[in-house]
Formats: sequence, C-alpha cells, structure tokens
Amino acid sequence: MENLKNILSNADNVPIVGLLFIMVFFVWLWWREASRTDKRIANGEWEQIRAEGQDKIHVWPYLTRNEFLCSLAIMILLTVWSVGLDAPLEEPANPSRTPNPSKAPWYFLGLQEMLVYFDPWIAGVVLPTIIIVGLMAIPYIDKNPKGNGYYTYQERKFAIITFLFGFLVLWLSLIILGTFLRGPGWNFFAPWELWDTHKVVAMVNVDLHEALGIRSKLGANIFGAIIVGAYFSLAFVYYFWKKDGELIKQLGVARYGVLAFLFLTMMALPIKMILRIFFNIKYIWVTPWFNV
Amino acid sequence: MQAVFDRIKESVLKTQVWKSIFRHDYEDSQRNRLLQVLDNIWLHLHPTKLPRHGAYLRFTWCMGGITFLLFLVTAVTGVLLMFYYRPTAEYAFADMKYLQFDVPFGMFLRNMHRWAAHGMVIAVWLHMFRVFLTGSYKPPREFNWVVGVILLTTTLLLSFTGYLLPWDQLSIWAVTVGTNMARATPLLGHEGPFGPELGMKPDNDVRFMLLGGTQVGPPTLLRFYVLHCIFLPLFLAVFIAVHFWRVRKDGGISGPL
Repeated sequence: MENLKNILSNADNVPIVGLLFIMVFFVWLWWREASRTDKRIANGEWEQIRAEGQDKIHVWPYLTRNEFLCSLAIMILLTVWSVGLDAPLEEPANPSRTPNPSKAPWYFLGLQEMLVYFDPWIAGVVLPTIIIVGLMAIPYIDKNPKGNGYYTYQERKFAIITFLFGFLVLWLSLIILGTFLRGPGWNFFAPWELWDTHKVVAMVNVDLHEALGIRSKLGANIFGAIIVGAYFSLAFVYYFWKKDGELIKQLGVARYGVLAFLFLTMMALPIKMILRIFFNIKYIWVTPWFNV
Repeated sequence: MQAVFDRIKESVLKTQVWKSIFRHDYEDSQRNRLLQVLDNIWLHLHPTKLPRHGAYLRFTWCMGGITFLLFLVTAVTGVLLMFYYRPTAEYAFADMKYLQFDVPFGMFLRNMHRWAAHGMVIAVWLHMFRVFLTGSYKPPREFNWVVGVILLTTTLLLSFTGYLLPWDQLSIWAVTVGTNMARATPLLGHEGPFGPELGMKPDNDVRFMLLGGTQVGPPTLLRFYVLHCIFLPLFLAVFIAVHFWRVRKDGGISGPL
C-alpha cells in the first residue's frame, strides 16, 4: 500500500485522480440527458424537441450570469488548490542520475504505456499522429445526419461506442495503468506490492512466428507481412460482405476506407495488448528495418 | 440622505466623462440587455440572444469557457513568473528556489500556473468529449472541430514544454522519456524505420533539431522556453481567435436541427 499512497499523494497526480471522479460524473450526466431525449424521440416528440431548441433567451443576463459564476467557482477552486498543494520540485537536474521509473507527465502516460506493446516508432510517432489526424477526420467520416446538437445514444450508437471505447477504455485506462500500476523497470506492480527495483521478470516473450515454429528470417518477414496484411484486409472482406448495407452506401468507398483503416488501427492496440499480456507475444511482423 | 445620493448619482451619470465611457444606462430593458453585449468589447463575441439550452450547464458543461479562463490564468501567471526566471541551466533551478522561498507569493504563483495548466488539459478533453456527445462537430461545424483538435494538441505541447522549465530531476527525465520517442521517427529519426538508410545519425536527426543536442541539455531548456513562452502561446491565441469566430459564423451554439 506504501506505493499507492506515494503515487496518490504525488501532487502532480492529483489531476488524474480527480479526473477519474469527474469522468464518472460526466458520463452519468450524458447518459441521463441522452436517455431522456431518446425516450422523448421514441414517444414521437421530435417536433417539440426542435421547437424547444429554437426558443431564444437574452445572453445578458442569462448566459453571462452563468459564465461569471462558473469563472468564480473555478477561480476559488484554483486558489484553494494552489494554497493547499505545492507544485513538485525535486533535486536539480542531473543527466547522470536516471530515476527508475522515469515517467512522463500524466497526460502522456498513455503514450508511454503504449511503448510496452509497440516499438517507439509506432507508439511514439505513428499512433499519436493517427490519433490527431483521426480525430480531425471524424466530422468528415460521420455522415449520420442525426444527433446534431443534442445528447442521444440511440441515434448514433456506433459513433458513440467507438469514441467511448477510444477515449475511456483505451486512452484513460492506459493513463491509469501507466500512473498507478507501473513501477521500476516499467514492470507491473499491484497497488499493494512494494516497488522492488530488483524485481526479476523472466523474459519469456517470443515473436509470433517463433511461437508458430517459423525459423528462417525471410519466412518470418513474409509470414508477418501476410498476418498484418490479412488484418487490414478485413476492411475489404467487410466491404464485399456488406456492400449493399446502409452504412457503406451512406459513406461511399473513400470514407469507408478511411474509417476502416482508423478503426482497425485503433483495435490493433487492444489486440496487441492481449497478445502481449496473456500470450507473451512480442512482435507480429519482424523485418530487418522495422518490427510491428 | 437618499436624496443626496440620488443627486450625486444623477450628476455623475450626466457628466461628459461618464457618458463617453458608458453608452447606455443600466435600467433593465430589452434594449439595454442587447446593448450590454453589443457595446462591450469583452462580451461582443457573444450573440445578443441564444437558444435556451445554450445557457444550461447540463448542456454545455461550460468546459470551453473554463479552458479559455484557465488559459488566461496561465498567461497572466506565466508572464509574472517570467520576471523571476532565467532559462539557463546555471540559474533555472536556483530561480525556482528563489520563487519558492524569497519572492512574495512566489510559490503561490507557481502553483497557480501549474494547476491551471493541468486543469486546462482536463477541461479541454472534457470540452472535446461534450462536443462529440452532442454531435456538434456535424455540418456546418466540421472545420471548427478540426481547429479544436489543433488547440487540444497545442495545449498538450504547451504543458509538455513547460514541464522542462523547473530544471529538476522530474522535468529533465520526463522530457527525456518524451523526446526519446522522436529518435524513432520513421525516415527522420536515427533509430526509426529507414532513418539510418537516409543518413540519420544522433547528431543530425529530428530529435537533435528538437533538443538542440544529442541529449536534454541547456540548449533544450532555452528552446523549450522560447517555444513555451512565445511560439506556442501565440499559435494558440491565433487559433483560439479562429475557433471563437467560427463558433459564431457556424451558427452559434449547436441545437437540434
């Protein structure tokens, strides 16, 4: 428990602990609003909802009042926080003394945790780029005209489930994993375990081709290319299977292609995590230039 | 007594000075409610009227506004901190101690800057979450979502560059971990795929450009300082302007279409 107490009382980790509670609250709030609207739509009150959306009020005082009160509350909170808790300052920078573990600030620990499952060029460069570009692409991929400007779940299930999965299940839980459960050597430590710098972890990871008995380098290279290629060609399989389905008709080929690529890339992370954690698989595809 | 106050008030309100500053009186009328917004440079970014749900916290969560407020807090406290901080390896850490023990309210200033920055990261994530859940990125607001993603990324970069400035063990190693990934950049990093084939070495790749050296050192501190205090805030301010302007141009707060 000593470690958990240390992590929790680390001033820089207060925001992430706070974020846990805040996220629970806002997901609950969203769910309440969404199910309320969905019920009303199911009751055929859509025109009424629209009419309510047109109802206008004065910005002064109704909006400015709320903005003022919000600012006041935040400033009070920030002042109390700043009086009560000091920003951390450790020993002077010393390039010759590496702390173990070296952790990035909490908002980047998701990326650092991804380094366990992917090589740095994927976890540190390619995936962050795809996350940013993928987020930017959302409005151009999502052609569902419903759910514009109000909380709903029923009218855009796929979009919301995908986003919740990416944001809550992947991004935030990776941050939590990296913040609370990783110790020296970036080894896994349960909250009640002592952070043992000398913890010995057997290196039992093998590459997928080794696990399947492929020994030659060329064979491994070709095998990996086939596996990764097959994974991404799931997009084609689904396309020809559901070609006449509503989703693909609505999207068109180009949008569908981008969506499928982003979706499969996102799902590659949990797949790789499961392979790594439960099956000790390190790489899927080994080449002389890069490993996946 | 009341009569005296009323007379003073009346004579003040009638002066040329007062009238030159405040263009209308404060009586609660339709007209004044509109003028209150239109005649005020800080408020005129608002429309004069908005849909009822746009003022509800349960709809907006106020997270965009809170993000902006926290940005202003970091800007003000940041400028004040700049008076006491020198971005050189010799002085940076000593200046942190100076802030902590000698500067009146120095520690409070630093705390406020740091916690506002952390709060800003949380608020900007929640703002994105809210905008997604209300489907507010849908037409005609697609481009403003893209601007929002740029702002989100810039916020994270600001936090990251600021993390180095205290020049203690925490900051130097966090930034070392973060920037080590740059050496694995495909094509442009000396450990990235096809990097060595293109002639990338530790002293000429993209990480070298970022750090101004082969490891996090004094040139990195200066680089991150300039990025943190000049380039990124200006960049952010420009895109905040675009973001706010587009909110209005794209039809204000989103609502059921």
